[in-house]
Amino acid sequence: MSIDLKTIKHISKLSRISVDEKKAEKLAGDLNSIFDFIEKLNELKTDNVEPLTSVAETTLKLRPDEVKSKDIREQIIKNSPQDNEDYFVVPKVIE
Amino acid sequence: MSDITKQSLTELVVNIKDKKLSSTEVTKAFIDRSEKSKELNAYITEDFTSALDKAKKFDQKPNLDLKLPGIPMAVKDLFCTKDVKTTAGSKILNNFVPTYESTVTDNIWREGAILLGKLNCDEFAMGSSNETSFFGNVQNPIDKDLVPGGSSGGSASAVAGQLTPITIGTDTGGSIRQPASFTGTVGLKPTYGSCSRYGIVAFASSLDQAGPMAQNVKDCALLQEVISTYDPKDSTSIDFKRNQYSKELTNNIKGKKIGIPKEYRVDGMPKEIEDLWQKGIQFVKDCGAETIDISLPHTSYALPTYYIVAPAEASSNLARYDGVKYGFRAKGENLIDMYEKTRSEGFGAEVQRRIMIGTYVLSSGYYDAYYLKAQKVRKLIKNDFDEAYKKVDAILTPSTPSSAFKIGEKTNDPVSMYLNDIFTVPVNLAGLPGISIPAGHDSKGYPLGLQIIGKAFDEQNILNIAFAMEEKINFKNKITDWWIK
Repeated sequence: MSIDLKTIKHISKLSRISVDEKKAEKLAGDLNSIFDFIEKLNELKTDNVEPLTSVAETTLKLRPDEVKSKDIREQIIKNSPQDNEDYFVVPKVIE
Repeated sequence: MSDITKQSLTELVVNIKDKKLSSTEVTKAFIDRSEKSKELNAYITEDFTSALDKAKKFDQKPNLDLKLPGIPMAVKDLFCTKDVKTTAGSKILNNFVPTYESTVTDNIWREGAILLGKLNCDEFAMGSSNETSFFGNVQNPIDKDLVPGGSSGGSASAVAGQLTPITIGTDTGGSIRQPASFTGTVGLKPTYGSCSRYGIVAFASSLDQAGPMAQNVKDCALLQEVISTYDPKDSTSIDFKRNQYSKELTNNIKGKKIGIPKEYRVDGMPKEIEDLWQKGIQFVKDCGAETIDISLPHTSYALPTYYIVAPAEASSNLARYDGVKYGFRAKGENLIDMYEKTRSEGFGAEVQRRIMIGTYVLSSGYYDAYYLKAQKVRKLIKNDFDEAYKKVDAILTPSTPSSAFKIGEKTNDPVSMYLNDIFTVPVNLAGLPGISIPAGHDSKGYPLGLQIIGKAFDEQNILNIAFAMEEKINFKNKITDWWIK
């Protein structure tokens, strides 16, 4: 299998990471060598194997539905790069 | 009392309880040594002024019933610490000051310890050499320009270099055990669900675990006792009966059955590692344990599985870094452009690589072929261990396939870097506890570690085996203080 530049551009779009030509070529090289290594899994037949989704074999505990974090508006906004009157500010989205 | 920083955690606790040392004296000693050790680059953020204040306050009204009374401690910069900057080794969190405390660090402060500062690590814990940190390489106290391992490289360097009596790291694929092995220290990765993940910057949520990194097994057991608690704030935290690990520690391992997995004898493994392993086998026999040859047939599939599962989870976990709510923001022409530039400028190359791998294996058309396949192989890997544990109580392997390497030696070849974790990754995939203890030196005089893998929730057993072996091995770390002028 080979990951081409078109695929890299597609993944970069899905990942929301901008990638220029030079970086795309480097990434294609790296990803191809990593996927060559990953291909080893195809040696195994796994048709009848149940996928393992969690090693912690417990059922989730129930708890009362109570509000625990109150009045933390200030804390939430504290680290924002840009805010205004308790709102996060982002570049304009509506023309 | 001279040489405070040379004392183990256990010794310091006794000396503070016996009032032979004050918290202020101890804290000052570690701050002084940390100040002289800037060249190691072990710290990202120092919190020395505040640490001294806390130590003085402790001494005014010392509570000597606590387990870590007035003990100063630096921690990996992946744990959120209230009002102290937490970066995860990344530019994207360079200005992030948490408004809450992680459960693990909270447990530590409750027992009387004092934060010294935040320790360097690979960016988002993605790396095996601490070279992916935005804040630069960390030096290994063993030798100049030698990597300390990773991702908990700053933690390992700080313990080995005696900048902190003990510390905590996190381990997703070997990030506690590999750096412990590279620096001649002890590192425990607990069972998945033993230590709360609440407030730890997430990398791969089904694999991440916090654990202690120490100078010896007893110190390690004491810290494990403090950090392992059931926490309703982490839905994967498990409510099981935890031992008093340090109190119950014993070197009596007579009759224990220890498995030796043949698949860990990998191609190209240096003879020194094989010899070390044989030495370890002899040591456990000398302690009265029995060794049994076992097979973990899917071992060679663990790394490829890991490099699907971990990046997949990372790509999802790291989606939150968008420049809106916290962290670094780049200028963009519109919202999407801002997202893309923030993430491109804010994340380093290795993190971007892993996000891309993760996004790809989860993307439409590839999910079954990669992600689902990896989850199935993960099941086979776990089954191998389940099968083995019908016959044995624990498993003994080398910790790493080599000793520490030079800075820059492996940065251009991601796959060769990944191979560092060949013996540690299967343990995370199966959710088991594993401990690395220093067991010898290679021809260059660099430390080498052995790993003991336990059954789930059987930390006490592997700590006991490690404790018994430690006595026989009688390892002495060769620290020359080369970085102190």
